[in-house]
Amino acid sequence: MGELKQSSTQILEPGGSGGAQFATTRLEAVLAWAQKYSLFMYPFVTACCGMEFMSVSSPRYDFSRFGSEAPRFSPRQSDLLWVVGTITQRQAPILKRIYEQMAEPKWVLAFGTCASCGGFYDNYACVAGVDKVIPCDVYVPGCPPRPEAVLDGLMLLQDKIQTGNRTPAIVKPRQDPVVEQNIGLVQLRKSRTSVA
Amino acid sequence: MSKALIDLIKKNFGAAVLETHSLYGDDTIVVEAAAWREVARFLRDTPQCSMDMLTDLTAVDYPEREPRFEIVAHFYSLSKGHRLRLKTRTGDSEGDEAEVDSLTELWASANWMEREVFDMFGVIFKNHPDLRRILMYPEFEGHPLRKDYPADKIQPLIAYRDVPNIEKVAPFSVDEGMSFGRQTHASSRRDDSQVN
Repeated sequence: MGELKQSSTQILEPGGSGGAQFATTRLEAVLAWAQKYSLFMYPFVTACCGMEFMSVSSPRYDFSRFGSEAPRFSPRQSDLLWVVGTITQRQAPILKRIYEQMAEPKWVLAFGTCASCGGFYDNYACVAGVDKVIPCDVYVPGCPPRPEAVLDGLMLLQDKIQTGNRTPAIVKPRQDPVVEQNIGLVQLRKSRTSVA
Repeated sequence: MSKALIDLIKKNFGAAVLETHSLYGDDTIVVEAAAWREVARFLRDTPQCSMDMLTDLTAVDYPEREPRFEIVAHFYSLSKGHRLRLKTRTGDSEGDEAEVDSLTELWASANWMEREVFDMFGVIFKNHPDLRRILMYPEFEGHPLRKDYPADKIQPLIAYRDVPNIEKVAPFSVDEGMSFGRQTHASSRRDDSQVN
């Protein structure tokens, strides 16, 4: 364990020559900024989407970059409830109780189609979307969603926390940039032959 | 070898055997419900059979038939390497008086499978040590895999949130999601009933 060397850290002193020495802001903005980058999460993982959840949390996609690093397996210590997977009627009271045990401020992210609207589990056993039981902030569609879509959902939630907007929102599908710029494989081959 | 098993059962329980077939090599014997457990015990204890493994036990609902339910058991002999399917029929057209002897004292694996059949179809297994629901919650009424259980009938364990249009909470619009969804698309359900 190395000792902090003062030479590598710039210390701003009043009256010194180090540029801006203070910044003004609003308390709510600072609080929201702190909240959106320190989302302690409670993973309520019930189904196959859990695999994608593990993928997003592992180093390749790494959502700890967005400050939602620490999983807390006690709802009392967590801010963000990830509902990952199908919720059955039998499980709905448990989910609701977990939600009620969380301290304010709290947010809910529905991960995948089953948690968002039930998907094809349109039957006697399942709840068609967690919003039937608990309010939901961000829906991430997909069966399962791509890790990029989950990161989009997380950033969407961060935007909503920053602006204080509690309206539910859906992650929209991304456009494939290759299709958009009209440089598919056919065009690539054409350009190659014209050069030659 | 396969026909030998059927012939052996026919020889010993000739009066109780309703029909047999060997479609694609799958030997099947249908017996009277009263002989269900004795045939099973014979299959387990006789050295030529020695069915030491109950692979599966389930039921099928044929609402147009009487008796209505068909109980299906699949046996496998680990020592001999042969299989047999044993069926019986029970229950009147209303689904009442569906009773058959439990196989739990012969194979311990029958315990949970019989509980599942009871849960899903309402077939009573006599002398079962612990016959109660295994998948659905105790408050559930009816048996969901019976053909006369309405496909769109749900029995929520807790009340849904008190929000207008709980079937489609914003940001989902009415036409969003799976158009064949029974719980979320009431209009499509109405069309079906008009056709019928």
